[in-house]
Amino acid sequence: MAAVETREKIAALGEKYKYGFTTDIEMERAPRGLSENTVRFISAKKGEPEWMLEWRLSAYRRWREMTEPNWARVHYPKIDYENAYYYAAPKTGATPKSLDEVDPKLLETYEKLGIPLHEQKLLAGVAVDAVFDSVSVATTFKEKLGEAGVIFCPISEAIRNHPELVRKYLGSVVPVSDNFFATLNSAVFSDGSFVYVPKDVRCPMELSTYFRINASETGQFERTLIIADEGAYVSYLEGCTAPKRDENQLHAAVVELVALEGAEIKYSTVQNWYPGDEEGKGGIYNFVTKRGDCRGNRSKISWTQVETGSAITWKYPSCILRGDDSVGEFYSIAIANHFQQADTGTKMHHLGKNTRSRIISKGISAGRAQNTYRGLVSVHPRAANARNYTQCDSLLIGGECGAHTIPYIESRNKSARIEHEATTSKIAEDQLFYCLQRGIPQEEAVALIVNGFCREVLQQLPMEFAVEAQKLVGISLEGSVG
Amino acid sequence: MMLEIKNLHVTVDGKEILKGLSLSVNAGEMHAIMGPNGSGKSTLSYALAGRDGYEITNGRILYNGEDLTAMKPEERAAKGIFLAMQYPVEIPGVTTMNFLKTALNAQRRARGESEYDAVTVLKRVREKAGLLKVSEEMLKRALNVGFSGGEKKRLEILQMALFEPSLAILDETDSGLDIDALKLVAEGVNALRSPERAMLVITHYQRLLDYVVPDRVHVLSAGRIVREGGKELAKELEAKGYEQIVKDAA
Repeated sequence: MAAVETREKIAALGEKYKYGFTTDIEMERAPRGLSENTVRFISAKKGEPEWMLEWRLSAYRRWREMTEPNWARVHYPKIDYENAYYYAAPKTGATPKSLDEVDPKLLETYEKLGIPLHEQKLLAGVAVDAVFDSVSVATTFKEKLGEAGVIFCPISEAIRNHPELVRKYLGSVVPVSDNFFATLNSAVFSDGSFVYVPKDVRCPMELSTYFRINASETGQFERTLIIADEGAYVSYLEGCTAPKRDENQLHAAVVELVALEGAEIKYSTVQNWYPGDEEGKGGIYNFVTKRGDCRGNRSKISWTQVETGSAITWKYPSCILRGDDSVGEFYSIAIANHFQQADTGTKMHHLGKNTRSRIISKGISAGRAQNTYRGLVSVHPRAANARNYTQCDSLLIGGECGAHTIPYIESRNKSARIEHEATTSKIAEDQLFYCLQRGIPQEEAVALIVNGFCREVLQQLPMEFAVEAQKLVGISLEGSVG
Repeated sequence: MMLEIKNLHVTVDGKEILKGLSLSVNAGEMHAIMGPNGSGKSTLSYALAGRDGYEITNGRILYNGEDLTAMKPEERAAKGIFLAMQYPVEIPGVTTMNFLKTALNAQRRARGESEYDAVTVLKRVREKAGLLKVSEEMLKRALNVGFSGGEKKRLEILQMALFEPSLAILDETDSGLDIDALKLVAEGVNALRSPERAMLVITHYQRLLDYVVPDRVHVLSAGRIVREGGKELAKELEAKGYEQIVKDAA
């Protein structure tokens, strides 16, 4: 049924990147450039306590000593960090207390994106936090979640209202000095989501954050922190879009997940930042650090990502399998068309005994795009009976694109079992002809075949997102054949 | 006249394969095209379906009076041309049922008809699946992936039944089938014979024609029809062999 839905959505869209509009709303920005004053400005805007400001400043000072990494298989002109804006927020005065206080223009923007924020219109069972440029504009279903003891709010609010949790966990998975982009994020992050699920609570609904870049020349640095206490379960989804602009915009997010004993976190992403035009002009630079810590025994963290957007993607959602019997999973679809460059994969660090990990990566390259899977499976001496299964499949569409698979394996325990399988294939002419002969037009046929190729990963997504993801697969490959 | 092929010349990879083929088929008729390997049988079927790389350099194909030459394969399909393929392809990850629904609705959409919902498609598929012994389990598997030769051919005939084409071309549908599978497929084909439908059965061997009896038989050799006759011509071919028949015709 997928392809028909895909086609219907494509027909409904009518253009290639339907999220490319801008919202005309009065913005407040930090002064251009990056200095201690910028960091202080952001912290003050958020009304942060002193400890948070200090945390940011220490990150800023470290960042000044760091150099941008260049090992990824991506190429781009040098980013001028002094010439960007690091904070932009709609001028709405105080933080809205309820949806009625949210600027109607913002609500309209999310309606256009297909994310209605009015609770009665929302998909049942999905609570949404909406982040517009640097601030969260609305979080829905707060009360219902509150009854279950689940905290789901903008991280800026969590810093003020739940400092004990934030201080305990922030930076505990991705340390301040982890890498160039994560350190930059630590200094200037503006908003993002915070989730805490208490002991033995199964979060009653899917949680979702919708990130939207709107302002020009502005970087987005969101920070997400999710904690599942002992025996808790939560499924979290994020979606991302941005306007079409000729300039490149920087997005450097950090996501930290903590799963305590017996807890499970399922984290899904549909990333559709503006990819640039067909000549490779514009698009988002997506430099993201995502890491989950299976801190307790028998905990589980599962990453699922559908990466279709961004001019450059540099992203390796990882798992630290610290607890014994913990499980890490990574399911990925990365599509690169035209001049997009993707260097993405995962790291599975096996530290505990009987830890297991599973990696399923589907890379699709079209146009002149370059798509790299880069992954690390590392087994610590203490990690007896660790097991990993990795499968990396690449699909090439046309003759000018590239697919690369770079798996690193480090095993320091003889009982470890690590399996790696990789394939590279092309959409065959006879497959296309078969579809055409049965009346399926070319672009729909490509979408059908690619959706089939990605099926194992698409099946991991929650229902609501699976439909959106299938449609995205079709759209992002438009014009790739013929 | 449903299908009228006039002086058709087709080139593949710069090599002329069909060299002035002419053929006419009326609605309600079944014609068999027989010929040795390399005579141009598959080239004819692909040229009729509009496959890329099969270049018509001369002549034309009229289908219900309309020139097909410039028409895309999917447009031909929507207009009722179906090609049961000699080697049905595998599409991993796409369930057979999903494929059937996508194809059926794409054709309906192209004809300006309303699309069927999943329940309607399922009902229609089930109606046709029984005769061809296509199981529910097969419909849930990825298209042709891990199917036996017989299963693949049965699924081709199921698609023919589902799409209800006006012109069905069966390219070596009998190849690779054991006798039981052959009978099953033949039964499926015979069930679809109707006064509104024309069929072109392309085959190397006579054995399929024991079960699917043609109105006319054409012998193809080196890109041209060299002999035509009734169903008895197939028997003669079987007895004498292609070489003799072609020699006699020359």
